[in-house]
Amino acid sequence: MAHDHDPPAPVDGGDHPPTEYELLERALRELLIEKGVFTAEDVRRTIDDWDTRTPANGGKVVARAWTDPEYKARLLADSKAAIEELGFDVGPAPQIVVLENTPQRHHVVVCTLCSCYPRTLLGLPPDWYKSKEYRSRVVAEPRAVLKEFGTEVPDDVEIKVVDSTADLRYLVLPARPAGTEGLSEDELAALVTRDCMVGVTNASAPG
Amino acid sequence: MPEASQGDVTYGFAPGQRVRVKTGDPPGHIRTPAYLRGKEGVIEDRQGVFRNPEELAFGKTGLPKKPLYLVRFRQHDVWPDYSGPGADTLSADIYEHWLEAI
Repeated sequence: MAHDHDPPAPVDGGDHPPTEYELLERALRELLIEKGVFTAEDVRRTIDDWDTRTPANGGKVVARAWTDPEYKARLLADSKAAIEELGFDVGPAPQIVVLENTPQRHHVVVCTLCSCYPRTLLGLPPDWYKSKEYRSRVVAEPRAVLKEFGTEVPDDVEIKVVDSTADLRYLVLPARPAGTEGLSEDELAALVTRDCMVGVTNASAPG
Repeated sequence: MPEASQGDVTYGFAPGQRVRVKTGDPPGHIRTPAYLRGKEGVIEDRQGVFRNPEELAFGKTGLPKKPLYLVRFRQHDVWPDYSGPGADTLSADIYEHWLEAI
């Protein structure tokens, strides 16, 4: 068996002077560790935990809703309880609300004030979600923005933009693609991408 | 939907009621986006009661809790030059103290 190394990669950080916010974060973190509020191990474990949360978690919730109408009804009525049924820890707050895309309505989610995002189910948001361009444009010209993501929403379908301004986080339940009747729940979950749970795309059948 | 009253907090608005977002530009940690201030919409849902984020941000208790609503706006009411269909909407979570009845 060949002994392989990962290709050499530049180490991130240290190649530019720290920004004001990086210095502030470091100073605050070191002070809190010194005061015994938390330990360096707590910080490491929390970062590790966030890095293991991925859109695959949301995909499992969506696939269950596609295959089990009773689960879908529970998910739309009390999203937090239904998500916890599948073993995902969504924490005490913020609450998650699931928005169902239908033939009459397409949802797209944004946080114009910062970067609120259903992180417990999707992990950390992508850079474009946090960009000023997405945040300012998707509320004012959602159809043009969706078109740039390759998503054409017919004029007879309402686009509903949801701006998560406060204590709730929104997850889009995309429509199940046509031609997926024979797929298992796991195969369906693999079709559910991060972007379709934000609402900038639709879920597509494989191939 | 949450009960009409939660603890000591009572909702002042009901789903279906028309409201206007208050204007003004106070300093601090405001969760009401500037682009919706002064706009008219309709209460879509009661979202629960939460500690006031405008006070929490400054180390206060945020109590008493404030009712939060999902408010729906017609895109053409938010942006006079909106180019999409008339049925397009935008909803946002707005705290009660930022809303007034029309």
